[in-house]
Amino acid sequence: MSEPTRGLTRRDLLRLGAAAGPAGLAAACGWDGGPALAPGLRLFSRLNDWVGEKIFLGRHRLAPQYPASARTDPQNFPAYSITYNQTGQYPSVARPQSWALEVKGLVRRPLRLTRPMIEELPRVTYTVKHHCVEGWTAIGTWTGVPVATIIAMAQPTTDARYLRFDSFDRGYYNGWDLASAMHPQTILAYAWNDRPLMMNHGAPLRLYSPIKLGYKLTKYLTAMTFTRERPGGYWEDQGYPWLGGI
Amino acid sequence: MIRRHHWIVRATHWLNAVLLLGLIGSGLQIYGAYAHFGPRGAPYPLPNPWDGEGFPQWARLGGWLAAGLNWHFALAWPFVLTGVLYVGFLVLTGEWRSLLFRFRDLGPAWQMQRYYLGLRTDHPPQGKHNALQKLAYTSIVLLGALATASGFAIYKPVQLAWLTGLFGGYELARYWHFVFVWVFVAFTLVHVALVLLVDPASLRAIITGWYRGRFPSHE
Repeated sequence: MSEPTRGLTRRDLLRLGAAAGPAGLAAACGWDGGPALAPGLRLFSRLNDWVGEKIFLGRHRLAPQYPASARTDPQNFPAYSITYNQTGQYPSVARPQSWALEVKGLVRRPLRLTRPMIEELPRVTYTVKHHCVEGWTAIGTWTGVPVATIIAMAQPTTDARYLRFDSFDRGYYNGWDLASAMHPQTILAYAWNDRPLMMNHGAPLRLYSPIKLGYKLTKYLTAMTFTRERPGGYWEDQGYPWLGGI
Repeated sequence: MIRRHHWIVRATHWLNAVLLLGLIGSGLQIYGAYAHFGPRGAPYPLPNPWDGEGFPQWARLGGWLAAGLNWHFALAWPFVLTGVLYVGFLVLTGEWRSLLFRFRDLGPAWQMQRYYLGLRTDHPPQGKHNALQKLAYTSIVLLGALATASGFAIYKPVQLAWLTGLFGGYELARYWHFVFVWVFVAFTLVHVALVLLVDPASLRAIITGWYRGRFPSHE
């Protein structure tokens, strides 16, 4: 995913409009709704999130699987991270040996899971289609432990309604609804196309699921936190649809 | 002067025009995020004159992908409701009878086509709408339904996998959704041209409801 550029601000529009009528009119097409309509657009986005979660999401409906021969050539499977996009380097942790996933928040049993511990849990492997919000698709094979397994281990309290996934990729994070997190195809992945996950795809551990758009699938995981309030997300906070369910 | 269009027809007509403009503008914004069709890394055999080309700023609504998406997903609601209201009105009032293209309209449609091609000099007799108009106004409702269905197919390709499958899968559904845009644009151009060239009085009718022109007869 390439870095989306911000649209014009309201002030820019006013300046442009004052400077040149026709030019201002053309620039108005970059309009986010302005102070009057932008809240309305956000309201519609929340409505769509609700409809997406409560009406469209089938808790047991599985995304179709493909044969390994249908995989996208690895070179053509885009891998994006904020750090790489900004610095040309993959994100890294100070001491890779001591990396562990923190499972915390509204849980009865907080956990600290190292990668060997995670790899010992029952695993799931599937070959599925990845849908990017930009419109492209790519097919790949992912292996990991279902998030539902981790949830069962951590025993969230009854007031836990959301999950927040944090990363070491320059503050990248995502908020998830519990129903999507509990979906049997939502996993913490540590292998891609039968090989250990590489740095470009989010090693040592990333969130993966074929029922959400790519920007919801947090790479370079550090923590998953159960919350009462709805967590935002790196792109979600900038205006992308929160649910990202497909 | 005759009373021609009910206010519901006029309101939904103009609302639809504005909503469609916004949907197309935001759709072209969304297209620019990945200006190709087909799966990643594979050439796609279907024609796309805009492959690799984003649309100019003046044609886009939103300025960046997220705002384009938010506009698109917000306008889609009133677009569908407007369509349902319009079709519901036609059904409940029986007005559909003067609009629905049926098998028996095939002959008169051909005569109208001959008239437009100059192969026939006198305008064939007609009711409120001629057979070609019925064909156009029936097709455009179908097109709206197809655009909506293909939109849902690419909005929820996993949850609505059956629908996405009807359009030939996600990549093809996205392609059809794009093709329907140009059918809408072509329809609108012909629609406006015919109003201005053949029956300018109908423009007044779709604004005020009153008609005084060449084709006053009612069925």
